[in-house]
Amino acid sequence: MTTPTDFLLWVRGPGFDIALVVFILGVIIRLLEVLVLGRKHDYSEPRGGELGPGLKTVVTRTLPETGSFKRAPFTVIGGYIWHIGFFISLFLFVPHIELINATLGLSWPGIASNLVDAVAAVTIVTLIAMLFSRLTHPVKRYLSGPEDYLTWLVTFLPMLTGYLAYHRMIDPYPLVLGLHILSVEVLMIVFPFTKLMHAFTFFIARWYNGAMSGRRGVQS
Amino acid sequence: MADHMKRFRQTLGESLRERGVSRRGFLKYCTATASMMALPPTMVPAVAAALEKAKRPSVIWLSFQECTGCTESITRSHSPSLENLIFDHISLDYHHTLQVASGDAAEAAREAAMHENEGKYLVVVDGSIPLGNPGFSTIAGISNLQMMEETVAGAAAVIAVGSCAAFGGLPQANPNPTGAASVSDIVHDKPVVNVSGCPPIPTVITGVLAHFLTFGSLPELDALGRPMVFYGQSIHDRCYRRPFYDKGLFAETFDDEGARKGWCLYRLGCKGPMAYNACATTKWNQGVSWPVESGHGCLGCSEPDFWDAGGFYNALSIPDSDIIRNAGIVTAAGVALGAAAGALNRSTRAKAAAKHETVTIDDLDRKS
Amino acid sequence: MQKLQDIAVRVESKDVPLNHSNATPILHEIHHALQRLATQQETTTIDLRAIPFGPGDEEDLLNRLGTGEVQIELDSLGTSKLWETAFSGVWIIDHRNAEGERVALQIEVTRVPEIIQTHPDDVTDSLQLLDNQLNPNRTETSGLREE
Ligand code: SF4
Ligand code: SF4
Repeated sequence: MTTPTDFLLWVRGPGFDIALVVFILGVIIRLLEVLVLGRKHDYSEPRGGELGPGLKTVVTRTLPETGSFKRAPFTVIGGYIWHIGFFISLFLFVPHIELINATLGLSWPGIASNLVDAVAAVTIVTLIAMLFSRLTHPVKRYLSGPEDYLTWLVTFLPMLTGYLAYHRMIDPYPLVLGLHILSVEVLMIVFPFTKLMHAFTFFIARWYNGAMSGRRGVQS
Repeated sequence: MADHMKRFRQTLGESLRERGVSRRGFLKYCTATASMMALPPTMVPAVAAALEKAKRPSVIWLSFQECTGCTESITRSHSPSLENLIFDHISLDYHHTLQVASGDAAEAAREAAMHENEGKYLVVVDGSIPLGNPGFSTIAGISNLQMMEETVAGAAAVIAVGSCAAFGGLPQANPNPTGAASVSDIVHDKPVVNVSGCPPIPTVITGVLAHFLTFGSLPELDALGRPMVFYGQSIHDRCYRRPFYDKGLFAETFDDEGARKGWCLYRLGCKGPMAYNACATTKWNQGVSWPVESGHGCLGCSEPDFWDAGGFYNALSIPDSDIIRNAGIVTAAGVALGAAAGALNRSTRAKAAAKHETVTIDDLDRKS
Repeated sequence: MQKLQDIAVRVESKDVPLNHSNATPILHEIHHALQRLATQQETTTIDLRAIPFGPGDEEDLLNRLGTGEVQIELDSLGTSKLWETAFSGVWIIDHRNAEGERVALQIEVTRVPEIIQTHPDDVTDSLQLLDNQLNPNRTETSGLREE
């Protein structure tokens, strides 16, 4: 007999273990795959440092470039809103911090749950709007492949189920909590093998761009 | 018996007056009853009007695979006390732990009550029903299943008191040796009200019975068949420690400073977020306190499978396994595999470089 | 898996709050009720059993309401106590059963609590009773007749 409680126990037990293994293995393999490859030694004489400009680009590229902001303000602003909202919901919601503390022993102060609730609502609406624009904007639509829709879905579901669980909109509670954890596990499994990897690789890419330009003595 | 039958035909108002209860006494009684039924005080006049005319229903109480905790609980019921519940609210015609008669006389009382009140009596069940082998639990040589089917056939409704009767409870916990089933697993053609809890709060049991007496109907039920008035909100949503949960202030151990200051018990395994029950407002022992107030997390005793919900002292959403150890092993494996993948890429690149033939302008000229 | 024995018990008891500040919202509710009583003669009853109080909250509420001039004892199915708080028009009704256990605790915002006012039927009953006492020989009683 499978009850909602059995389901919850499975997702937070074996289900979580599977997801964790796939996530960690996947991320490390994909990172090392790139890093071990290395770069050909550059014999030219450096005209500037690498470290400083590299770090600088990691930060500066976080700010929108004025040209693309003017051309697609909605995409840029929407992108910021939901990324920030996602991080707030993930890392500043007290039960999440509690989970990380219980499992990894790391802890930091959270913010009031009802504030996170409001942020989550905004994030969900923004994600839906972003999908809508992707589907209706001819260029975005042309540029989107199945992977884009998949990554949207696996990012959206944890937000949605989390919201439903917080407000107990699905009964019984173990079911909706289990669904929320399951959706996160799906995200963890899909993560290393899709463009979601950018959460790790963007540091490397930006640093490399900056470092390379720095070495050549040009601005990045 | 004649006296008993007379009292049974009387309305509650008549019988109270006969016992010299004044109008103020009656109003007080109605106030207490409405409060017990978790009705707003504005409903007191309606309760009074209904109770005045109410006729006490016959109740047959069947105890199956149980620990008598539920009966213990109802005997702690203070408003109304068990005595006035038996005498005023209901006519408890069969309860093999509480009744004086035993053996054949007891069974005869059950059959008489069923016969006289055909179609109108209430059956209260506490304990689960073993489906594995009828011999696992019998009363007067009758198997639990048979007794229940027989008794429920002529009943108006069945009230499953306690998590065992409502959801299988402890007898059904892994690996369920007796094949324990809940009342609603077996009874499909009668209304079943689940008054869950291990045990249920005394006044919640009597409150449900009082509702039937007062309004002659069953209260509104939630998806799990539990009365909404008592089970409509989670422990967590009504917990006085909740503001601390929202702020992220958690007790680390029992009775530490945080626990005493009222900080949340989530880390100590509190199942309040998944448990729907009236503990946070009705409280226990005549309103003295309740588990979370005493410093122990909620066990979620009013929910299905609470015995198997992964340990009473484990927080609800926290994975069971040793994440750090697993993550360590997986990271090591990942580094090895990643290095191997990297090495493979390197060798592919080296091979490509080796195979690479240098082309000069002369070569191009020659080819064209 | 965390086990019961893994959780240490540590007793420290400095700065333990005396209550959990749940009295204040009730006082606001009473404030609104008093307003309604003052302007529209509307009475309000608050059932304190339905309020999720923490330890000390009930005492805090009762302390903050204080005690006024009137205290009433009602002897019927056990002894209930009723008293007007320091805020006129705000009454506490503490119903107890014969064993002295509390069966209801309510705040009534009213001029006189409902249960204290004599029921009209009780008035006629008592008239009859007194009538019988004054005229023990009359068989047919007619206390209600206007003379
Ligand atoms: S003690 Fe339990 S019920 Fe109360 S807030 Fe904490 S988790 Fe919720
Ligand atoms: S606090 Fe939880 S475990 Fe305790 S009696 Fe209430 S519902 Fe059951």
